[in-house]
Amino acid sequence: MSRSRPYDDVPGTTVFDERMARKGYHLNQFCMSLMKADNRERFKTDNRAYLDEWKMTEEQKCAVIDRDYNRMLSLGGNIYFLAKIFSTDGLSFQYAASTMTGVSEAEYLQMMLAGGRSPEGNRYRHEWEQKKGDS
Amino acid sequence: MARITAGVATSHVPAVGRAIDQGQTQSDYWKPMFDGYEFSKRWVDAEKPDVVFLVYNDHATAFSLDFVPTFAIGVAEEYTVADEGFGPRPVPQVEGHADLAWHIAGSVIEQDFDLTVVNKMDVDHGLTVPLSLMFGQPEAWPCKVIPFAVNVVQYPVPSGRRCYNLGKAIRKAIDSYPEDLNVQIWGTGGMSHQLQGPRAGLINAPWDNAFLSDIVDNVDRLVALPPEEYIREAGSEGIELVMWLIMRGALDDQVTELHRHYHVPASNTAIGHLILKNGN
Repeated sequence: MSRSRPYDDVPGTTVFDERMARKGYHLNQFCMSLMKADNRERFKTDNRAYLDEWKMTEEQKCAVIDRDYNRMLSLGGNIYFLAKIFSTDGLSFQYAASTMTGVSEAEYLQMMLAGGRSPEGNRYRHEWEQKKGDS
Repeated sequence: MARITAGVATSHVPAVGRAIDQGQTQSDYWKPMFDGYEFSKRWVDAEKPDVVFLVYNDHATAFSLDFVPTFAIGVAEEYTVADEGFGPRPVPQVEGHADLAWHIAGSVIEQDFDLTVVNKMDVDHGLTVPLSLMFGQPEAWPCKVIPFAVNVVQYPVPSGRRCYNLGKAIRKAIDSYPEDLNVQIWGTGGMSHQLQGPRAGLINAPWDNAFLSDIVDNVDRLVALPPEEYIREAGSEGIELVMWLIMRGALDDQVTELHRHYHVPASNTAIGHLILKNGN
Protein backbone atom coordinates (compact mmCIF):
# COMPACT_ATOMS: atom_id res chain seq x y z
CA MET A 1 0.00 0.00 0.00
CA SER A 2 1.35 3.41 -0.82
CA ARG A 3 1.65 6.05 1.83
CA SER A 4 -1.11 8.58 2.20
CA ARG A 5 -0.17 11.97 0.77
CA PRO A 6 -2.95 14.40 1.63
CA TYR A 7 -0.79 17.27 0.35
CA ASP A 8 -0.86 16.08 -3.25
CA ASP A 9 -4.00 18.11 -3.93
CA VAL A 10 -2.40 21.45 -3.03
CA PRO A 11 -2.07 23.32 -6.34
CA GLY A 12 1.14 24.82 -7.71
CA THR A 13 3.22 23.15 -5.02
CA THR A 14 5.81 20.37 -5.04
CA VAL A 15 6.30 18.75 -1.67
CA PHE A 16 9.86 17.45 -1.35
CA ASP A 17 9.05 13.93 -0.24
CA GLU A 18 10.93 10.71 -0.94
CA ARG A 19 9.71 10.58 -4.55
CA MET A 20 11.33 13.95 -5.20
CA ALA A 21 14.36 13.37 -2.99
CA ARG A 22 15.28 10.21 -4.92
CA LYS A 23 14.83 11.84 -8.29
CA GLY A 24 16.70 14.97 -7.33
CA TYR A 25 19.64 13.66 -5.32
CA HIS A 26 22.37 14.47 -7.85
CA LEU A 27 20.72 17.72 -8.98
CA ASN A 28 20.57 18.93 -5.38
CA GLN A 29 24.12 17.80 -4.61
CA PHE A 30 25.33 19.80 -7.65
CA CYS A 31 23.54 22.84 -6.17
CA MET A 32 25.25 22.22 -2.86
CA SER A 33 28.67 22.36 -4.55
CA LEU A 34 27.98 26.02 -5.41
CA MET A 35 28.57 26.94 -1.78
CA LYS A 36 32.28 27.02 -2.62
CA ALA A 37 33.52 30.15 -4.36
CA ASP A 38 35.84 28.33 -6.78
CA ASN A 39 33.04 25.98 -7.86
CA ARG A 40 30.80 29.02 -8.47
CA GLU A 41 33.50 30.46 -10.72
CA ARG A 42 33.89 27.26 -12.68
CA PHE A 43 30.12 26.93 -13.08
CA LYS A 44 29.78 30.53 -14.21
CA THR A 45 32.59 30.15 -16.74
CA ASP A 46 30.98 27.13 -18.42
CA ASN A 47 27.61 25.84 -17.13
CA ARG A 48 27.59 22.82 -19.40
CA ALA A 49 31.14 21.65 -18.64
CA TYR A 50 30.53 21.95 -14.90
CA LEU A 51 27.18 20.15 -15.06
CA ASP A 52 28.75 17.32 -17.05
CA GLU A 53 30.81 16.45 -13.98
CA TRP A 54 27.58 15.44 -12.21
CA LYS A 55 25.45 12.31 -12.53
CA MET A 56 22.39 14.32 -13.52
CA THR A 57 19.92 13.54 -16.30
CA GLU A 58 20.13 15.53 -19.52
CA GLU A 59 16.71 17.00 -18.72
CA GLN A 60 17.96 18.22 -15.33
CA LYS A 61 21.07 19.78 -16.88
CA CYS A 62 18.98 21.60 -19.51
CA ALA A 63 16.58 22.88 -16.84
CA VAL A 64 19.55 24.31 -14.94
CA ILE A 65 21.08 25.92 -18.05
CA ASP A 66 17.65 27.42 -18.89
CA ARG A 67 17.20 28.52 -15.24
CA ASP A 68 13.74 26.98 -15.45
CA TYR A 69 13.01 26.64 -11.73
CA ASN A 70 9.59 25.04 -12.07
CA ARG A 71 11.12 22.35 -14.25
CA MET A 72 13.94 21.85 -11.77
CA LEU A 73 11.31 21.43 -9.02
CA SER A 74 9.46 18.82 -11.07
CA LEU A 75 12.76 16.96 -11.63
CA GLY A 76 13.45 16.65 -7.92
CA GLY A 77 15.11 19.97 -7.13
CA ASN A 78 14.43 21.38 -3.69
CA ILE A 79 14.05 25.13 -3.42
CA TYR A 80 16.68 25.56 -0.69
CA PHE A 81 19.20 23.74 -2.85
CA LEU A 82 18.11 25.55 -6.03
CA ALA A 83 18.67 28.80 -4.13
CA LYS A 84 22.41 28.20 -4.56
CA ILE A 85 21.95 28.62 -8.33
CA PHE A 86 20.20 31.99 -8.22
CA SER A 87 22.54 33.15 -5.46
CA THR A 88 25.45 32.30 -7.76
CA ASP A 89 23.72 34.39 -10.43
CA GLY A 90 23.46 37.25 -7.90
CA LEU A 91 19.65 37.11 -7.92
CA SER A 92 17.24 37.27 -4.99
CA PHE A 93 14.69 34.79 -3.69
CA GLN A 94 12.03 37.27 -4.68
CA TYR A 95 13.25 37.30 -8.27
CA ALA A 96 13.34 33.48 -8.39
CA ALA A 97 9.84 33.28 -6.92
CA SER A 98 8.54 35.70 -9.55
CA THR A 99 9.92 33.54 -12.39
CA MET A 100 8.13 30.50 -10.92
CA THR A 101 4.81 32.32 -10.78
CA GLY A 102 5.08 33.61 -14.34
CA VAL A 103 4.91 37.32 -13.53
CA SER A 104 7.54 40.06 -13.65
CA GLU A 105 9.57 40.80 -10.54
CA ALA A 106 7.82 44.20 -10.27
CA GLU A 107 4.36 42.61 -10.37
CA TYR A 108 5.41 39.99 -7.84
CA LEU A 109 6.82 42.66 -5.51
CA GLN A 110 3.54 44.55 -5.82
CA MET A 111 1.54 41.43 -4.94
CA MET A 112 3.68 40.91 -1.83
CA LEU A 113 3.35 44.55 -0.78
CA ALA A 114 -0.41 44.19 -1.11
CA GLY A 115 -0.38 41.31 1.39
CA GLY A 116 0.75 38.37 -0.74
CA ARG A 117 -1.19 35.69 -2.60
CA SER A 118 -4.44 34.97 -0.80
CA PRO A 119 -5.19 31.38 0.18
CA GLU A 120 -8.72 31.90 -1.19
CA GLY A 121 -9.07 29.78 -4.33
CA ASN A 122 -5.52 28.48 -3.86
CA ARG A 123 -6.00 25.62 -1.44
CA TYR A 124 -7.03 22.75 -3.73
CA ARG A 125 -6.14 21.63 -7.23
CA HIS A 126 -9.77 21.52 -8.27
CA GLU A 127 -10.02 25.24 -7.57
CA TRP A 128 -7.24 25.90 -10.08
CA GLU A 129 -8.74 23.52 -12.63
CA GLN A 130 -12.03 25.32 -12.25
CA LYS A 131 -10.32 28.65 -12.86
CA LYS A 132 -8.62 27.30 -15.99
CA GLY A 133 -11.96 25.96 -17.22
CA ASP A 134 -13.64 29.32 -16.66
CA SER A 135 -11.05 31.31 -18.62
CA MET B 1 20.18 25.14 38.66
CA ALA B 2 19.75 26.16 35.05
CA ARG B 3 16.32 27.54 34.27
CA ILE B 4 14.39 28.49 31.14
CA THR B 5 13.16 32.01 31.75
CA ALA B 6 11.55 32.88 28.44
CA GLY B 7 10.78 31.85 24.89
CA VAL B 8 11.24 33.91 21.76
CA ALA B 9 9.60 33.10 18.44
CA THR B 10 10.71 34.82 15.27
CA SER B 11 10.89 34.38 11.52
CA HIS B 12 14.39 34.06 10.04
CA VAL B 13 14.18 35.36 6.45
CA PRO B 14 17.57 35.71 4.66
CA ALA B 15 16.60 39.08 3.16
CA VAL B 16 16.21 40.41 6.71
CA GLY B 17 19.85 39.53 7.35
CA ARG B 18 20.84 41.28 4.15
CA ALA B 19 18.88 44.42 5.15
CA ILE B 20 20.77 44.51 8.46
CA ASP B 21 24.16 43.81 6.90
CA GLN B 22 23.67 46.48 4.24
CA GLY B 23 22.31 49.13 6.61
CA GLN B 24 18.81 49.28 5.10
CA THR B 25 16.76 48.74 8.26
CA GLN B 26 15.41 52.31 8.19
CA SER B 27 14.25 52.23 4.55
CA ASP B 28 10.53 52.65 3.81
CA TYR B 29 10.30 48.97 2.95
CA TRP B 30 12.02 47.60 6.04
CA LYS B 31 11.39 50.09 8.86
CA PRO B 32 7.93 48.84 9.88
CA MET B 33 9.30 45.32 10.16
CA PHE B 34 12.34 46.27 12.22
CA ASP B 35 10.34 48.63 14.46
CA GLY B 36 8.59 45.54 15.83
CA TYR B 37 11.93 44.34 17.26
CA GLU B 38 12.85 47.53 19.14
CA PHE B 39 11.11 46.35 22.30
CA SER B 40 12.75 42.95 21.95
CA LYS B 41 16.27 44.36 21.72
CA ARG B 42 15.79 46.39 24.90
CA TRP B 43 14.18 43.43 26.64
CA VAL B 44 16.92 40.93 25.81
CA ASP B 45 19.58 43.47 26.74
CA ALA B 46 18.03 43.69 30.22
CA GLU B 47 17.41 39.95 30.54
CA LYS B 48 21.00 39.01 29.70
CA PRO B 49 20.53 35.32 28.96
CA ASP B 50 23.62 33.18 29.51
CA VAL B 51 22.58 30.70 26.85
CA VAL B 52 20.10 30.67 24.00
CA PHE B 53 18.85 27.25 22.92
CA LEU B 54 18.10 28.14 19.32
CA VAL B 55 15.73 25.93 17.33
CA TYR B 56 16.07 26.50 13.61
CA ASN B 57 16.35 24.62 10.36
CA ASP B 58 19.36 24.21 8.19
CA HIS B 59 18.63 25.37 4.63
CA ALA B 60 20.82 22.97 2.63
CA THR B 61 23.91 24.41 4.33
CA ALA B 62 25.47 22.06 6.89
CA PHE B 63 23.40 19.10 5.73
CA SER B 64 23.29 18.07 2.10
CA LEU B 65 21.12 15.17 0.98
CA ASP B 66 23.93 12.76 1.90
CA PHE B 67 22.28 12.51 5.28
CA VAL B 68 19.33 14.35 6.76
CA PRO B 69 19.01 14.26 10.54
CA THR B 70 15.49 14.88 11.83
CA PHE B 71 16.81 16.54 15.00
CA ALA B 72 20.44 17.62 15.38
CA ILE B 73 21.99 19.24 18.43
CA GLY B 74 25.25 21.18 18.21
CA VAL B 75 27.70 20.28 20.97
CA ALA B 76 30.70 22.24 19.65
CA GLU B 77 32.64 25.06 21.34
CA GLU B 78 32.04 27.28 18.33
CA TYR B 79 30.31 27.46 14.95
CA THR B 80 31.41 29.14 11.76
CA VAL B 81 28.98 31.36 9.88
CA ALA B 82 28.21 29.66 6.57
CA ASP B 83 28.79 30.82 3.03
CA GLU B 84 25.33 30.12 1.62
CA GLY B 85 26.24 31.00 -1.94
CA PHE B 86 26.90 34.72 -1.68
CA GLY B 87 29.68 34.79 0.93
CA PRO B 88 29.26 34.47 4.72
CA ARG B 89 27.23 37.13 6.56
CA PRO B 90 29.50 39.66 8.29
CA VAL B 91 28.46 38.59 11.79
CA PRO B 92 30.47 37.22 14.74
CA GLN B 93 31.34 33.55 15.17
CA VAL B 94 28.80 31.72 17.28
CA GLU B 95 30.05 30.44 20.60
CA GLY B 96 28.51 27.19 21.83
CA HIS B 97 27.94 25.83 25.32
CA ALA B 98 29.39 22.36 24.91
CA ASP B 99 28.82 21.24 28.47
CA LEU B 100 25.14 22.10 28.62
CA ALA B 101 24.62 20.82 25.06
CA TRP B 102 26.10 17.42 25.89
CA HIS B 103 23.99 17.30 29.03
CA ILE B 104 20.83 18.03 27.03
CA ALA B 105 21.80 15.51 24.33
CA GLY B 106 22.27 12.79 26.93
CA SER B 107 19.09 13.56 28.84
CA VAL B 108 16.87 13.93 25.76
CA ILE B 109 18.16 10.72 24.16
CA GLU B 110 17.48 8.93 27.44
CA GLN B 111 13.94 10.30 27.21
CA ASP B 112 13.61 8.39 23.89
CA PHE B 113 14.19 11.17 21.37
CA ASP B 114 16.89 10.21 18.88
CA LEU B 115 19.08 13.26 18.42
CA THR B 116 22.00 13.47 16.02
CA VAL B 117 24.95 14.88 17.95
CA VAL B 118 26.98 17.30 15.86
CA ASN B 119 30.50 18.55 16.54
CA LYS B 120 30.95 20.48 13.34
CA MET B 121 28.32 22.42 11.45
CA ASP B 122 28.36 25.80 9.82
CA VAL B 123 25.31 27.84 10.79
CA ASP B 124 23.19 29.63 8.20
CA HIS B 125 20.65 32.47 8.18
CA GLY B 126 18.17 30.30 10.06
CA LEU B 127 20.34 30.78 13.15
CA THR B 128 22.13 34.07 12.52
CA VAL B 129 19.15 36.21 11.45
CA PRO B 130 17.29 35.71 14.76
CA LEU B 131 20.51 36.61 16.63
CA SER B 132 20.82 39.80 14.55
CA LEU B 133 17.17 40.71 15.07
CA MET B 134 17.47 40.39 18.84
CA PHE B 135 21.04 41.55 19.46
CA GLY B 136 21.69 43.96 16.58
CA GLN B 137 25.26 44.20 15.33
CA PRO B 138 27.62 43.58 18.27
CA GLU B 139 31.35 42.77 18.00
CA ALA B 140 30.62 39.43 19.63
CA TRP B 141 27.27 37.77 20.46
CA PRO B 142 26.48 38.51 24.12
CA CYS B 143 25.62 34.90 25.03
CA LYS B 144 26.36 31.33 24.19
CA VAL B 145 24.17 29.49 21.72
CA ILE B 146 23.16 25.86 21.41
CA PRO B 147 22.07 25.29 17.81
CA PHE B 148 19.26 22.78 17.40
CA ALA B 149 18.48 21.96 13.78
CA VAL B 150 15.17 20.41 12.74
CA ASN B 151 14.54 18.83 9.36
CA VAL B 152 11.65 20.68 7.73
CA VAL B 153 13.05 20.28 4.21
CA GLN B 154 12.79 16.59 3.28
CA TYR B 155 9.49 14.84 4.01
CA PRO B 156 8.35 13.30 6.19
CA VAL B 157 9.18 16.06 8.67
CA PRO B 158 8.51 15.67 12.39
CA SER B 159 4.92 16.30 13.45
CA GLY B 160 3.87 19.24 15.57
CA ARG B 161 3.03 16.86 18.41
CA ARG B 162 6.47 15.27 18.34
CA CYS B 163 8.07 18.70 18.33
CA TYR B 164 5.97 19.82 21.28
CA ASN B 165 6.83 16.71 23.28
CA LEU B 166 10.49 17.11 22.38
CA GLY B 167 10.27 20.61 23.84
CA LYS B 168 9.09 19.08 27.11
CA ALA B 169 12.05 16.69 27.13
CA ILE B 170 14.44 19.59 26.49
CA ARG B 171 12.87 21.45 29.40
CA LYS B 172 13.42 18.51 31.71
CA ALA B 173 17.03 18.28 30.57
CA ILE B 174 17.75 21.97 31.16
CA ASP B 175 15.99 21.92 34.55
CA SER B 176 18.36 19.17 35.70
CA TYR B 177 21.60 20.97 34.80
CA PRO B 178 23.39 21.91 38.05
CA GLU B 179 24.96 25.25 37.07
CA ASP B 180 22.93 28.40 37.67
CA LEU B 181 22.21 29.60 34.14
CA ASN B 182 19.61 31.87 32.60
CA VAL B 183 18.52 30.00 29.47
CA GLN B 184 16.13 31.19 26.79
CA ILE B 185 14.64 28.96 24.13
CA TRP B 186 14.01 30.44 20.71
CA GLY B 187 11.79 28.90 18.06
CA THR B 188 12.40 30.30 14.60
CA GLY B 189 11.07 30.16 11.03
CA GLY B 190 7.67 30.90 9.52
CA MET B 191 5.21 32.41 9.37
CA SER B 192 3.18 31.76 6.22
CA HIS B 193 5.31 31.68 3.10
CA GLN B 194 5.80 29.66 -0.03
CA LEU B 195 9.03 30.07 -1.95
CA GLN B 196 8.44 27.61 -4.76
CA GLY B 197 6.24 26.87 -7.75
CA PRO B 198 3.31 28.75 -9.27
CA ARG B 199 1.72 29.25 -5.84
CA ALA B 200 4.79 31.11 -4.47
CA GLY B 201 3.97 34.23 -2.51
CA LEU B 202 1.13 32.73 -0.50
CA ILE B 203 0.45 34.61 2.73
CA ASN B 204 -2.38 33.80 5.16
CA ALA B 205 -2.63 36.56 7.75
CA PRO B 206 -5.77 35.26 9.54
CA TRP B 207 -4.21 31.81 9.93
CA ASP B 208 -0.91 33.30 11.14
CA ASN B 209 -2.66 35.51 13.69
CA ALA B 210 -4.65 32.58 15.03
CA PHE B 211 -1.35 30.69 15.38
CA LEU B 212 0.21 33.61 17.27
CA SER B 213 -2.73 33.67 19.68
CA ASP B 214 -3.07 29.94 20.16
CA ILE B 215 0.59 29.28 20.81
CA VAL B 216 0.17 31.43 23.92
CA ASP B 217 -2.86 29.76 25.49
CA ASN B 218 -4.48 27.20 23.18
CA VAL B 219 -1.53 25.13 22.09
CA ASP B 220 -3.54 21.88 21.97
CA ARG B 221 -5.14 23.01 18.72
CA LEU B 222 -1.75 23.65 17.11
CA VAL B 223 -0.18 20.43 18.35
CA ALA B 224 -2.86 18.47 16.47
CA LEU B 225 -2.34 20.16 13.08
CA PRO B 226 -1.14 17.74 10.37
CA PRO B 227 1.64 18.81 7.96
CA GLU B 228 -0.76 19.20 5.02
CA GLU B 229 -2.64 21.91 6.91
CA TYR B 230 0.56 23.96 7.18
CA ILE B 231 1.28 23.44 3.47
CA ARG B 232 -2.25 24.27 2.36
CA GLU B 233 -2.92 27.19 4.71
CA ALA B 234 0.52 28.65 5.39
CA GLY B 235 2.42 27.70 2.23
CA SER B 236 4.95 24.94 1.67
CA GLU B 237 7.59 26.67 3.79
CA GLY B 238 5.07 27.55 6.51
CA ILE B 239 5.83 24.07 7.88
CA GLU B 240 8.77 25.71 9.66
CA LEU B 241 6.25 26.72 12.32
CA VAL B 242 6.44 23.25 13.88
CA MET B 243 9.73 24.52 15.33
CA TRP B 244 7.83 27.08 17.39
CA LEU B 245 6.13 24.14 19.10
CA ILE B 246 9.49 22.88 20.40
CA MET B 247 9.96 26.26 22.07
CA ARG B 248 6.41 26.20 23.43
CA GLY B 249 6.79 22.67 24.79
CA ALA B 250 9.83 23.78 26.78
CA LEU B 251 7.92 26.58 28.52
CA ASP B 252 5.43 26.38 31.38
CA ASP B 253 1.82 25.57 30.50
CA GLN B 254 1.01 29.13 31.59
CA VAL B 255 3.09 31.86 29.99
CA THR B 256 2.84 35.63 29.87
CA GLU B 257 2.91 37.28 26.46
CA LEU B 258 5.29 40.23 26.71
CA HIS B 259 5.41 41.25 23.07
CA ARG B 260 3.87 40.44 19.70
CA HIS B 261 4.67 41.65 16.20
CA TYR B 262 3.30 40.67 12.80
CA HIS B 263 4.28 42.19 9.48
CA VAL B 264 3.81 41.44 5.78
CA PRO B 265 5.93 41.29 3.71
CA ALA B 266 9.59 40.56 4.25
CA SER B 267 10.59 39.46 0.78
CA ASN B 268 8.28 36.42 0.28
CA THR B 269 7.37 35.93 3.91
CA ALA B 270 5.06 36.98 6.74
CA ILE B 271 7.11 37.98 9.78
CA GLY B 272 5.82 36.82 13.15
CA HIS B 273 7.44 37.45 16.50
CA LEU B 274 6.51 36.72 20.11
CA ILE B 275 8.19 36.98 23.48
CA LEU B 276 6.77 34.66 26.12
CA LYS B 277 7.84 34.84 29.72
CA ASN B 278 7.68 31.64 31.68
CA GLY B 279 4.89 31.55 34.25
CA ASN B 280 2.20 34.08 35.12
